[in-house]
Amino acid sequence: MAEVTQLIHHYLRHNKRFPHVLCPGCGHGIVLGSLVRSVHQLGLTKDEVVLVAGIGCSGRIAVYVDFNTVHTTHGRTLTFATGIKMANPRLKVIAVMGDGDALSIGGNHFLHAARRNIGVTALILNNNIYGMTGGQSSSTTAENCYSTTSPYGQQEQSFDIVELAKAAGAPYVARSTVLHVKLLDRIITTALARPGFNLVEVLTPCHTQFGRKNKFKTTVDMYKWYKKNAIPLDSLSKLPQEEQNQRTPIGIFVEENRPSLEERYAAITCRLEEASK
Amino acid sequence: MPTKVKKNHRKEERSLFALGNEAVVEGALLAGCSFFAGYPITPSTEIAEIMAERLPRLPDGVFIQMEDEIASLGAVIGASLAGRKSMTATSGPGFSLMQEHIGYASMTEVPLVIVNVMRGGPSTGLPTSPAQGDVQQARWGTHGDHPIIVLSASNVQECLDMTVRAFNLSEKYRSPVILLLDEITAHTREKIQIPNRETYEIFSRIKPSMPPEWFVPYEESMRGVPPMPALGEGYRFHVTGLTHDVNGYPTSRPEEVEKLMQRLFRKIDQFFYDIQIIEETACEDAEVVVIAYGCVARSAHLAVLQARELGTRAGLLKLKTLFPFPRPAVERFIRQCRAVIVPEMNMGQMSREVKRVNNGLSSVRTLNRIDGQIITPAEILKVLQKA
Amino acid sequence: MAKDKQQVVVSIYPDWCKGCGICAAFCPGEVLELGPDGKARVVQGATCRNCGFCEHHCPDFAIVVKTKRRIANNREVDHAHEG
Repeated sequence: MAEVTQLIHHYLRHNKRFPHVLCPGCGHGIVLGSLVRSVHQLGLTKDEVVLVAGIGCSGRIAVYVDFNTVHTTHGRTLTFATGIKMANPRLKVIAVMGDGDALSIGGNHFLHAARRNIGVTALILNNNIYGMTGGQSSSTTAENCYSTTSPYGQQEQSFDIVELAKAAGAPYVARSTVLHVKLLDRIITTALARPGFNLVEVLTPCHTQFGRKNKFKTTVDMYKWYKKNAIPLDSLSKLPQEEQNQRTPIGIFVEENRPSLEERYAAITCRLEEASK
Repeated sequence: MPTKVKKNHRKEERSLFALGNEAVVEGALLAGCSFFAGYPITPSTEIAEIMAERLPRLPDGVFIQMEDEIASLGAVIGASLAGRKSMTATSGPGFSLMQEHIGYASMTEVPLVIVNVMRGGPSTGLPTSPAQGDVQQARWGTHGDHPIIVLSASNVQECLDMTVRAFNLSEKYRSPVILLLDEITAHTREKIQIPNRETYEIFSRIKPSMPPEWFVPYEESMRGVPPMPALGEGYRFHVTGLTHDVNGYPTSRPEEVEKLMQRLFRKIDQFFYDIQIIEETACEDAEVVVIAYGCVARSAHLAVLQARELGTRAGLLKLKTLFPFPRPAVERFIRQCRAVIVPEMNMGQMSREVKRVNNGLSSVRTLNRIDGQIITPAEILKVLQKA
Repeated sequence: MAKDKQQVVVSIYPDWCKGCGICAAFCPGEVLELGPDGKARVVQGATCRNCGFCEHHCPDFAIVVKTKRRIANNREVDHAHEG
């Protein structure tokens, strides 16, 4: 158990300034730590990992790790990741996106990446808000929550990322919070080891922009809320129906095996080559 | 449908009766393109269709149809970062969607080729008719100050040649290159020569030769073009659309920002004469010169020959490089001629550039047509005789 | 997981700590608290259960939990080099 932090330090860029740019208590750093541990556990080399990130707070974590890192445009992370994976399937491509990034501006790309089952592990760091631009409501801001663009309460229904990914055909769909680090480590490690499109939703608190407007006094209160509210998927059904609706299930929702796009493409090129002989 | 080519003949020079769009594919494959991502749109679709058939048959060739044009160019940038010579093709509305990533490619210095087969606009406009309305958009479409290379072609053989040139320039200068065609050039079928691969000059990006720990991804140099490793080759660095320092890390320090921006412009400026591609016809003793590009240059060619027969000393300057604007070539004819004529299928997007260079020295006549029809030789001849 | 309480030393890099308080709030041994400077500090190292919570949950990678044995080993190595 020891040396967790030293292990992470080993993967950080030594010519970057620390501490990183994120706010105190922001869960993004915890996700980064979990990602590093997963990469380490699988024995992947730094050279074969490509971390593709979008725009927003989540996009900023890529620069700190010593992998191949690409900080792309807003919402288009998965398009870059698709190009990279198809161009060189030997690379381990990880896409890091925020909720606004992946589901609002990048919603279309998200659906299609899941549909075509491109070999990318997609992490959506869901903090229910646009953090970097100052706390505007996103497509995962829950109804009646406050933000700078929903000062009287959010009127729109929010997306359920897990359900969306399932409907779009992702073969691996999992969710954890940054408080449940062991689960997070496990699902990211599993996702990285699998072929195809693997979606991991991570609930991560933004106290600066979301918490303060929504009755969380401190960032710790938000972690306590996760502790109270998140429930392992298999325990969910044991609760009465009313309570079920109020809790957030965490765990692995879908785990299927389907050939990835790059595998299918390789099969076609093989077939064509055979035929031309 | 693309013409079937026997494999063992590929390396030798051969001729082909091909569409402009087909010639683009031949040029791209000759240049070493191995990745295409695109989205169907008239009148560029044949490029995607032929690529879909050809690329999977090549070792390492990848074709992918994306969900829209933004995604297409995103995938192309990703593939280029992974070391592939990559391209996409589109038309009007799709080109508008690509602007975001043209800026990204410019900022991150990712080599790639975008073929834009121009059709009538704005908006959905005239999907099956030609126009030349995207010239200034190709130069200035993405936000922010940026250098860019824009080429054009006026016949099917040029479609092939200029596609190869586009790849060469993009690889040499680590810059996105836009090749502007128009519906007429793209859908004309002509006999072309496909040159021998061995005798054709093909340029590929320079990779770093130093050990990874010495590598500074965006280092200043005489050429201004940093070497570019592929993802996964051991040179781990950060790519970002934010203004960055020499290490690739985001910065907003004025001195670092200026250094980056100046280098981006300098690398194109200082190699201007390598990038400027023009073609002169009967220009030596010309009193009137037509400056034209794309399909209009074909009409202009005939008009110039006819004018000569009728006793007017006319010439044609065909612009194959539109941006950086071939100022020295144009300037020369402005000093030499009593008038220059700029016919184009828009309301004067290139004539504005010519007028800027002219600065009152000569007379610049414009001839504009925006009804989805080509400017005919007769129309140009009429202006030539009056000039 | 090692549960030997005596064998662990928790240390904090004050320069990297942003004082979010997650470690102090959830530490089962109440080893950590936020000091007057707003940064986490160790108040009773002896009650550390070596659960690893603080190390895994520090968003700023500012907490290191080391076993004493390993620290001792490192010293030996250092001395060997000096010698």
